[in-house]
Amino acid sequence: MLDSARRFENLPASPGVGYKPQHFTDLQRDPGRVEWIEIHAENYMGDGGRPLAQLRALSERFALSVHGVGLSIGGETPLDREHLTRLKKLCDWAQPASFSEHLAWSTHGAEFLNDLLPLPYTEKTLTRVASHIAQVQETLGRQMLLENPSSYLVFAESTRSETEFLKELVNRTGCGLLLDVNNVFISATNLGLSAQAYIDAYPLAHVGEIHVGGHDEDTDDKGAPLLIDSHGKPVVDPVWALLDYTLAKTGPKPVLVEWDNDVPDWPTLRAETERAAKALAA
Amino acid sequence: MTSQSAFRDALLDPSKAVPDGLEGAAHSPAGKRYSVYRNNVTHSLIAALQTAFPLVRKILGAHSFDSLAPIYVRAHPPTSPLMMHYGAEFPTFLATLPQLSKLGYLRDCARLDAAMRVSYHAADASPFDLEWFQQLPPDQIMAQKLHIAPSVCVLRSGWPLFDIWRFNMVEGAAKPEMQAQDVMISRPEFDPEPVLLPQGAAVWLDHLAQGETLGDAYEAAVVSAPEFDLAASLAIAFSQGVFRNITGSEHVETS
Amino acid sequence: MSNTMKSLAVAGAVAAALVAHTAPANAASKEKCYGVSLAGANDCAAGPGTTCAGTSVTDYQGNAWTLVDAGTCEAMELPEMADGTERMGSLEALERDLPA
Repeated sequence: MLDSARRFENLPASPGVGYKPQHFTDLQRDPGRVEWIEIHAENYMGDGGRPLAQLRALSERFALSVHGVGLSIGGETPLDREHLTRLKKLCDWAQPASFSEHLAWSTHGAEFLNDLLPLPYTEKTLTRVASHIAQVQETLGRQMLLENPSSYLVFAESTRSETEFLKELVNRTGCGLLLDVNNVFISATNLGLSAQAYIDAYPLAHVGEIHVGGHDEDTDDKGAPLLIDSHGKPVVDPVWALLDYTLAKTGPKPVLVEWDNDVPDWPTLRAETERAAKALAA
Repeated sequence: MTSQSAFRDALLDPSKAVPDGLEGAAHSPAGKRYSVYRNNVTHSLIAALQTAFPLVRKILGAHSFDSLAPIYVRAHPPTSPLMMHYGAEFPTFLATLPQLSKLGYLRDCARLDAAMRVSYHAADASPFDLEWFQQLPPDQIMAQKLHIAPSVCVLRSGWPLFDIWRFNMVEGAAKPEMQAQDVMISRPEFDPEPVLLPQGAAVWLDHLAQGETLGDAYEAAVVSAPEFDLAASLAIAFSQGVFRNITGSEHVETS
Repeated sequence: MSNTMKSLAVAGAVAAALVAHTAPANAASKEKCYGVSLAGANDCAAGPGTTCAGTSVTDYQGNAWTLVDAGTCEAMELPEMADGTERMGSLEALERDLPA
């Protein structure tokens, strides 16, 4: 176990950054306002080598959020027990201040499809996802945060709104929420809904962490805007504005800047975290 | 109702129609919106192969590699959420393509790429205690079982595998000439690197890995290659951190 | 060879190797870039939108694929088979003693 990591029992209500190995040296030399980092759990499930050595070093200084991208909590099939065991091993070792996963599925039978795929919001899926969350929380011995997806389409069979669905999951499982405001902006734009109305309806009292990130712009068959959650660009102004709108309601929260594709140099990414610090100070 | 089976089936098969029950804004048909998921899955898996097989991509050229990758991705979707393991069947897959039959060395190159990645994520090993080792009397040295670090992998190739790797990855390296080469991937600390093994060293390491004593492994290596140079092979092994430390109870004492 | 000879040969080789070897370099600060440094590649970002390989039907036909542009394979001038002969007939698996 990483003894030093136990100092951080909660994520600080300050800017965090999605950690990329190429920033290892720069991040430590010049962290700016960054007090915590987030890693994708699956990239630290090897047996050793540089990833775990870097994580060990960074845990001395930064609070840690472990963000799973492969558990398939929204899957129709039972959770992958082997993967859940790997997650437990990582969490027991790294003692992160937070563990989060997605309202999505990615595993089907023996296949892992490496994408966060959508699910309908029905009574049936609610029961299934709630039981998966309960299983995760029981196995890990901790509360988890669940992240809202970015949506490109909806299911005709859905009977609940996403915010109602999340609210009910919180009620049934006691899980917390990771509110990705970039995802809210993307989904609202893509589905012709109001992003602010989504925030208004969202159970903000249960938010343990907020994400912002960049997206790409495309169009659908009718030429309507279709935003893609690419994490490959700076955060756009309307998303910063939606963050301001959210923070005005919640008060300061841990805010993470995600940048996963076309990862920029550290000063560019640090500038994004400084923008997040400004939002938190407002 | 749109089952996840239906959603999945059309993901990796673009000739299939968009599954029923999916809609865009104001109940419009999903159309291109579903393509976002098709592209996410395919593109992310291709990207995983690109990072996993840099030598193969260099040999085939980026365009050839990237247009070949979707065929593999469709035939072999991942079976684990750990993308660090994706592509295990890629070396064998390459060897089955008639279009690549002229490149007989390609499978070994893919195995080298795969071994580099396995080594990168392998468990750490505490460094071998050379001081202890060199103080042993000759008969005890010969009776020692040396334990190989988990990050070490030996590739025996009928091709000039090491020279092919150098030609592609080290600037100014000479063009490979036809000869068989054994390559060891090792990780002195965090960076795996290929090392050319001298004659017999692969057999020697193989016997050590099977738990034979230094003396027995030496003898096996000499049988397979009379010119086997134990001092040179040991020097490489010590320099590359090939042996991991062994605990007191594992030390062999001769009576 | 006799045990005594063998033990002397082994001990001599160990002594020589200890002189010859170089200590593993401290690589903590520098990363040698052989393309494996970012080998763990799970993330939660979406791909390139609505048009790419995922929607191209022809990309999926294995028999339609051809080795087109020039990678370094064209420069290497190696024979088609490991024994130096040009390949005859259909593809044969090369069975060599390689770890899985």
